[in-house]
Formats: sequence, structure tokens, C-alpha cells
Amino acid sequence: MTGTRYLNKEEFAGYLFILPNFLGFLVFTLVPVALSFILSFISWDMLSAPKFVGLFNFTNLLGFHKEAGSLVANDPLFWQCVGNTLYLMIIIPVEIMASLLLAVVMNQKIRFINMFRAIYFMPTITNGVAICLLWAWLYNYDFGLLNNLLVKLCHVLSVPAARIPWLTSVAWAKPSLMLMGLWIMIGGYNMILFMAALQGVPRELYEAAEIDGASGWHKFWNITWPMISPTTFFVAVMAVIGGFQGGFMQAYIMTGGGPDRSTTTLEYLIYNHLYSWQHVGYAASIAWFVFIVVFIITVVNWRFGGKLVQYSHY
Amino acid sequence: MLKNMKPNSVIKKTVSYTLLALGGITMILPFLWMLSTSLKSYSSVFIFNLTDIRWLPNPVYFKNYIDVWKVVPFARFYINSIFVVVCVTFGQVLTSSLAAYAFARLRFPGRDKLFFAYLATMMIPGSVTMIPVFALMRLFGWIDTYKALIIPAIFSAYGTFLLRQFFMTIPRDLEDAAKIDGCSLWGIFWSVILPLSKTALATLTIFISLGNWVSFMWPLLVTNSIEKRTLPVGLAYFQELYQYAQPDWGLLMAGSLITMVPVIIVFLFNQRFFVEGIKLTGMKG
Repeated sequence: MTGTRYLNKEEFAGYLFILPNFLGFLVFTLVPVALSFILSFISWDMLSAPKFVGLFNFTNLLGFHKEAGSLVANDPLFWQCVGNTLYLMIIIPVEIMASLLLAVVMNQKIRFINMFRAIYFMPTITNGVAICLLWAWLYNYDFGLLNNLLVKLCHVLSVPAARIPWLTSVAWAKPSLMLMGLWIMIGGYNMILFMAALQGVPRELYEAAEIDGASGWHKFWNITWPMISPTTFFVAVMAVIGGFQGGFMQAYIMTGGGPDRSTTTLEYLIYNHLYSWQHVGYAASIAWFVFIVVFIITVVNWRFGGKLVQYSHY
Repeated sequence: MLKNMKPNSVIKKTVSYTLLALGGITMILPFLWMLSTSLKSYSSVFIFNLTDIRWLPNPVYFKNYIDVWKVVPFARFYINSIFVVVCVTFGQVLTSSLAAYAFARLRFPGRDKLFFAYLATMMIPGSVTMIPVFALMRLFGWIDTYKALIIPAIFSAYGTFLLRQFFMTIPRDLEDAAKIDGCSLWGIFWSVILPLSKTALATLTIFISLGNWVSFMWPLLVTNSIEKRTLPVGLAYFQELYQYAQPDWGLLMAGSLITMVPVIIVFLFNQRFFVEGIKLTGMKG
């Protein structure tokens, strides 16, 4: 602005209205973003003085070195956690397809629709720790319902009784968490978004297709699927972004990140570095790694996603 | 499964209801098992074997629901959770509706740049800001206080964004009429904008309180003493008591169910707001 001028009434009011929210936003969001960026170049245990270490955190995190002639990661634990996080995300397409199928079924004139929707929505509104304890109990090796049903089944089929070490073996721990995730997610937010999208598809399209004698499958594939693709796309992107930042609570309650750290996700690793090991700067550098990954996904989708999605002409 | 859907609507309906019912049973059985376990004594939980999965507890053991309040200070966790949720929700709805009104309606220099900053931060993963805010809490000496549980949680760009989008859809005529009548900007905000935004405010209230009610990592980080724990963290602490032994699952399930009841009641009475809210946020996001 050139010269001095007094704020008019509206401008003054504008600043006043924003002030309380902005102060909080400044102290708890804007400044922390800058601080965490600075922290990622610092080594600090919250007790002694912070030490500037340049790019050390990042070279340790992402770098490799030669050891006995082969290339070894400087921080194998980090890469293991990247692997765990990606592995746990395999279930995302299944979750989305299951939610879509459920939405298609629910989108008809169904009696007791509110009751069904409430039942499927239950895990979403329930305190996550309670859900995790419930599933830890279901997955219990000796006394859990699932293993006891399995033993019963074996008995009926006259095969030797088998129990699955759901949460206690490296091979099963991740699939077990994914199965629980499917149960939680299927009737949650995504299903409701899909229902809204399905209601937005113009009836005339289906009527026209019916006159041409199209089958249910044809109608779904040629009308429903393209028409709801913006929602599918949105849901998928959000799930992937969420996937990179998730998995802490489940693992903390059910497996402690084990066995053999097989369920420690990046989020859990950040918690460990920050809280358990007091590596504040290192934790910040991992958080920034996640941020950059999420940022790239968002930008790529923004830039190129539109071509994959068919927006409505209505 | 969709392949089997013939134009014949009877078959279609049958398939739909069967699918819904099967899925519904899968959803509800774990909860029933939770209820069943919570009504069994410590010893009877472990009695069943391959020939005996007891769905109906016999005898029904209500004592878990009494004992659970004594084993861990559940009442305290409850009071903490309610206090924190009420403060955070009230603070956030108030500050973000004020800011949203300014962003939506008032003209002042820097408004759009500031709003862009709000938008841009919504993409940042929570852990990026959580780390320095945790350090700030230690610096302020707020660790293990209600302040750490409440104050950082009040300020979110999300609530401001959501309400701003909603306020934009309100027709300006009403405000203009109020202005002609000599209504102040505060008066317009308070007696025109807010009453017209009841649905959006209710939706935001539900989302904030639900999100905060189940919040886990942050309360885990900033509380140390048992007396300051919220329900989710308290429940986790409850489980940790059994680190080296087979937990008393009846007691644990009773405790878990107790934490679930209020939210389920709120949900059943406000299902419409949940559904509308998800559509609103999902579409605009």
C-alpha cells in the first residue's frame, strides 16, 4: 500500500473477525510448519541444545552405503516402515470396490435403509481404540472367536485342528490389520459419498439404456461407472494420502508395531523417533518425507487426474 | 454379483437383501461378541473350547460394569473427554465461524492471500505440525495439562474452510435488508448468517466433537498422569495393565462398550447430519 490511510469500518471488522482464529492458526499451524522444516536439519533430544546437522537427517534417511561390497540402506528400519506402509495400502482398492458395491445395493428402494446404514456405519463412529481391543480379542490365539470358529470348522471337516497366529506372526499380522480395516471402512464415509454420487446420476440415462435392452452389468459399466468416476477418483486419492499417514493406533494397541516391526508404519516410526527415542529432528525429517510424497501425489492428480475422469456434461 | 441382476426386480431385490443381511451380520457379530464377553466373568471367558462357543453368558455377570470403574478411573477419563470435547468444539465452531464470515463476506486487504494460506495448510500431514507443537507444549510447560489437550485442537483451517464455503451460498439479499435497517456487521453475523447456517454448524459440531472424542495420538503424547487421560488413551492404558498376562477380556470389553455408547446415541439421533456432512465435505474437498 502506498501512503497511509485509515482502515474503513469493514476492513477493520474483517481483521477483528479473523483475529482469534488467525492467532491460533499462526501459532499452531503456520509457525510449526516452518519450525518442523528447520527441525529436519537439526539434531535435538529436547534436553541438550539443538545442533545444526545440515542434510544429515535426510542422507541418513534416504541414503545408501557400501558394506561388504553390497549396497545397504543407512536406515534399514525406515525402509522397512515404508514397505509396511505400502503393503498395508494394498487393501485400499478392495475397500473402495466393496464400499461401491454396498452403495449400489443400498441405492435401491430398500426398506429399513436407515437401520442398515447405521449398522454399516457403526465402526466409523466408534472409538477406534475400542474397535482395536475388540479385534485383538477376536484375533486372540488361544481364546479368540475366530480361531475357535476355525477349530470348529476343522472339526466338522475332520481335518487336524488349526489356529492362525493372526497378530503374532510376521506373515499374518499385516493381513489381519487389513481385514479389520476392510470391516471398518466398508460402510463408512466412502460408502456414503458413493451413495450421494449414485443419486446424482440422471435417471434418463438408465431409461434410455433400458429401451436399448442393456443389461444391469452394461448399465453399471457404461453409465454408472463413468458418471461416478469423479467420486471414485476423489475417494481413491484421499485413501492413498490417508494411507501414508495412517496405521499408528491399530499397531500401537494390537501389535505394538511388531512382530519384528512388521506393522510399524511411517506414522508409528515418527512417534517412536519423537517420543520414545527423542530424535525430534529426525522425526521431523520423516514427517517431511511423508509430506513430500503426499504433495507429489496431490499435484500429479491435480495435473493429470482430470484426463482419467469423465465429468458430467449436465 | 452384479452380473446376476436380471431386469426381473424380484430376483434383484432378493439378491440385494441377502447381500445386505449377510454383510450386516458380519458387521454386527463382533459387537455382539463384545457384549457377550463383557457379561462373562474372568474364568468363564476362558472356559469355552472347540465344542463350546458360548454366545449367551450363563450366568450373566454384570459385575464387570461395576468393577471397571474401580480398576481404572473410568469416571475421570469420561469427565476429561467430555470437558475437552466441549471446549474444543465450542472454541472451534466459534472462532472458525467468525473467520469464515470475514473470508466469505468482508473485503479487506490480504484476504484472499490469507485464505489461500489456510487452504494450502490443509494438505500438510498432521505429523509435520505435531512435532514442533509437541516441542512447544514442553516449552510452555503445558505437558500433562488440559491446555495442551484443548488449545492446539481448537484451531483448524478445515472448519473455517467448510463454513466459508457454506456462507458463500447464502443469498446476500437478507444481509442487505439488515444493513438498510441499520444492523451492524456483528448483528448481521449473529442474527442473519448464523441462524441460516444451522445445518452447517450442526454438521461441523458433530464432526469436530466426534473427531476429538476419538483423538488418540495427541492425547497420548501430551498426557503422562492417569488423571489427565481421555477415554481412548485411558482405554489403551487399561489394556497395558495386562501386558504380561492374559487380559481380563470381560472387563476390557465392558470398558470398551462404555466408551462407545454416547457416540452411538448421538449418531442415532443425528444420522441426517452425518450423511449431509459427509456429502458436503466430500464434494467440496
